[in-house]
Amino acid sequence: MARIIVVTSGKGGVGKTTTSAAIAMGLAKKGHKTAVIDFDVGLRNLDLIMGCERRVVYDFVNVINGEATLRQALIKDKRCNQLFILPASQTRDKDALTKEGVGKILEELSKEFKYIVCDSPAGIERGANLAMYFADDAFVVTNPEVASVRDSDRMLGILASKSRRAEQGEEAITEYLLLSRYSPKRVKLGEMLSVEDVQDILSLHLLGVIPESKSVLNASNSGTPVILDEESNAGQAYADVVARYLGEDVPHRFINEEKKGLFGKLFRSR
Amino acid sequence: MSLLDYFKSSKPSSASLAKERLQILVAHERASRNQPSYLPKLQQELLAVIRKYVNVEQDAISVNFEQDDNQEVLELNIVLPDDANKK
Repeated sequence: MARIIVVTSGKGGVGKTTTSAAIAMGLAKKGHKTAVIDFDVGLRNLDLIMGCERRVVYDFVNVINGEATLRQALIKDKRCNQLFILPASQTRDKDALTKEGVGKILEELSKEFKYIVCDSPAGIERGANLAMYFADDAFVVTNPEVASVRDSDRMLGILASKSRRAEQGEEAITEYLLLSRYSPKRVKLGEMLSVEDVQDILSLHLLGVIPESKSVLNASNSGTPVILDEESNAGQAYADVVARYLGEDVPHRFINEEKKGLFGKLFRSR
Repeated sequence: MSLLDYFKSSKPSSASLAKERLQILVAHERASRNQPSYLPKLQQELLAVIRKYVNVEQDAISVNFEQDDNQEVLELNIVLPDDANKK
């Protein structure tokens, strides 16, 4: 049986797709067969972040409607043979995703895959609800900023009441906090909520802090999940997140400002 | 007051302001999230019944649901009008 992970946030632009791409690649690189699904029907973007936009033939909705098989629609990643991408449809039909259809696909994928990463769209409409409905684990991506924290809390309420696990009275979805776009420097100046502040409010288990980093935009520009940029702090932070999720004991990094020596100041790290 | 204090800003940081606002807001939203879903309908129906006998305003009734460790309290608050408005 596969473990189904939803990457969610409520608010848009906090880094859900970046995170989905990074952790799916991270899990696959660790040798676990992983599928990553774009639930943002009408606004497909995971393909771009994964760098496979020109290889999309069939999509999620095609498979639900029986116009293509899963095998035809899944795109095998060129960098890691354990990773497969299921792109979202660009249809404008809001009702294209159905609970039955999604459930059937996830069940089929579960037979073959170890992890299924569901990249949720922003908001709390159908796509977002279906992305989290079948989940076992939730990665709540939050920025240290008021609107994002509030929306994350709202999402927690939905995870606790509207998911399959909640409806069937099973053990609740395991929720993890992923704090992204974090700037230790601004936290120190009192300009940004700290990790502790956000944890005080949301009381979630912290899976990792992703520092604000230029490498994220560079990675998306080139269609490479940022986790493959092993030199970058964001890439390393995502690698830590994957390791922690898999049960490894990895100390948290990137929470405090790094002290740069003269050398570091001369050659600014990426 | 030392010279150093003079330069230190006495204004709270924007981050602590953000935290304070969020804590209040989130607590409030969580409380209303746990309310039973029949509350709005209950409020409407109660209002309809009361209006049969007393001419009260739309917003004269408030229904509050509070929950602590071992009890749930349903609080009803109805503001009755002055004698002049009575039927």
